[in-house]
Amino acid sequence: MQQAQYQLIIVGGGPAGLTAGLYAARGRLKVLLIEKGATGGQVLVTDWVDNYPGFVDGVTGFDLMDKMTAHADRFGLEKKYATISSLDLKDNVKTVTLENGEVLSAETIILCTGAKPRKLDIPGEFEFSGRGVSYCATCDGPFYRNQEIAVVGGGNTAIQDALHLTKFASKVTVIHRRGELRATKILQEKAFCNEKIDFLWNTQVKKIIGSKSGVEELLLRHYNDDESTLKVTGIFILIGIVPNNEILPLDQLETDETGFIVTDQEMATTLPGVYAAGDLRSKRSRQIINAAGEGAVAELSAEHYLGNQAPDQPLNCSE
Amino acid sequence: MASDNVMHISDSEFDSKVIGNPLPCLVDFWAPWCGPCKAIGPVIDELAAEFDGKVVIVKMNVDDNPATPGKFGIRAIPTLILFKGGEVVDQITGAVGKSQLQDLINKAI
Repeated sequence: MQQAQYQLIIVGGGPAGLTAGLYAARGRLKVLLIEKGATGGQVLVTDWVDNYPGFVDGVTGFDLMDKMTAHADRFGLEKKYATISSLDLKDNVKTVTLENGEVLSAETIILCTGAKPRKLDIPGEFEFSGRGVSYCATCDGPFYRNQEIAVVGGGNTAIQDALHLTKFASKVTVIHRRGELRATKILQEKAFCNEKIDFLWNTQVKKIIGSKSGVEELLLRHYNDDESTLKVTGIFILIGIVPNNEILPLDQLETDETGFIVTDQEMATTLPGVYAAGDLRSKRSRQIINAAGEGAVAELSAEHYLGNQAPDQPLNCSE
Repeated sequence: MASDNVMHISDSEFDSKVIGNPLPCLVDFWAPWCGPCKAIGPVIDELAAEFDGKVVIVKMNVDDNPATPGKFGIRAIPTLILFKGGEVVDQITGAVGKSQLQDLINKAI
């Protein structure tokens, strides 16, 4: 049989991938983590993380991921920054083909490609992306000082970001297609008590209208089918996520109806030696700590699959 | 370190350093409060070393220099704009991978 280059390849460098990488490097596996952009994943765009245990006073998303990266680096995790074009996962030796044509192989794979913001798919959304249409409040909020803007959505991300945006904007209108928020109570309380935040309930955005200089107004449709417009210079679309599954061989893996990967409680997919962790997994809770915990579980499952074979490297007694 | 190849410029230097530059220029509009901007920092440094002598890689802090981003309608960062002969060739918004940035730069050389 063909020999694999690595015992484990981790695809994606968010909290799940970095934790799996930390465990694998510390466990002396021959491991490679492949990341297409920068390590940190979606947490990089989270302004403030208030509930990651151990960080008593809270931490910025960037700092938390900087620390996770440094932690994996401390154990010498090998990382490669490259875009993957395809994966073949069904055989004993799994292959990863990069965009530049390079082919890498491993005995086990952990998929941690995460998720990305869901789009509204309405006219004007693509056209004004980066010119008033945003999916990242922490990145783009400061461009809207003393301006009136809108947030679309009613979940934790939407409400936390609406609160963050009140630091800059003169008014934030939260547009939600339902009559109540899904966000956690503490965020709801803060939002309802914030005089800069207005709510438009049971309302959908049908069109984003603007000019050469960017977004100018939104066409809204209300629950009774009445239409109206709202003058804003920015619209932050925070209506959930879709899986980053474009590079995955979806004919080889079981997914749920929305494209997230189905695993068992040990993070095993339907293919032997292939695991998934973090936001890419089909599940209900998507927290940073879930992702990190699942990364650890997936790595331990991969080690178990590898049969706890003796490490490739000679024992190093200098540490 | 590769970052020696990256030039930090202000609004007042933009015309002379970018518009009037005989070489193509990639301008990275960033800010210290932007996580994705910091995350692509190392990639920008690598590109500056890789394209040294062919393309000038420039960073502009949008907090300290509001005029230039305003002129180009920038309302999201990181935004990277590629200039050649004083004209905009193309631009990318968001933290994208190195290969996408290489493809962008290659449009000007």
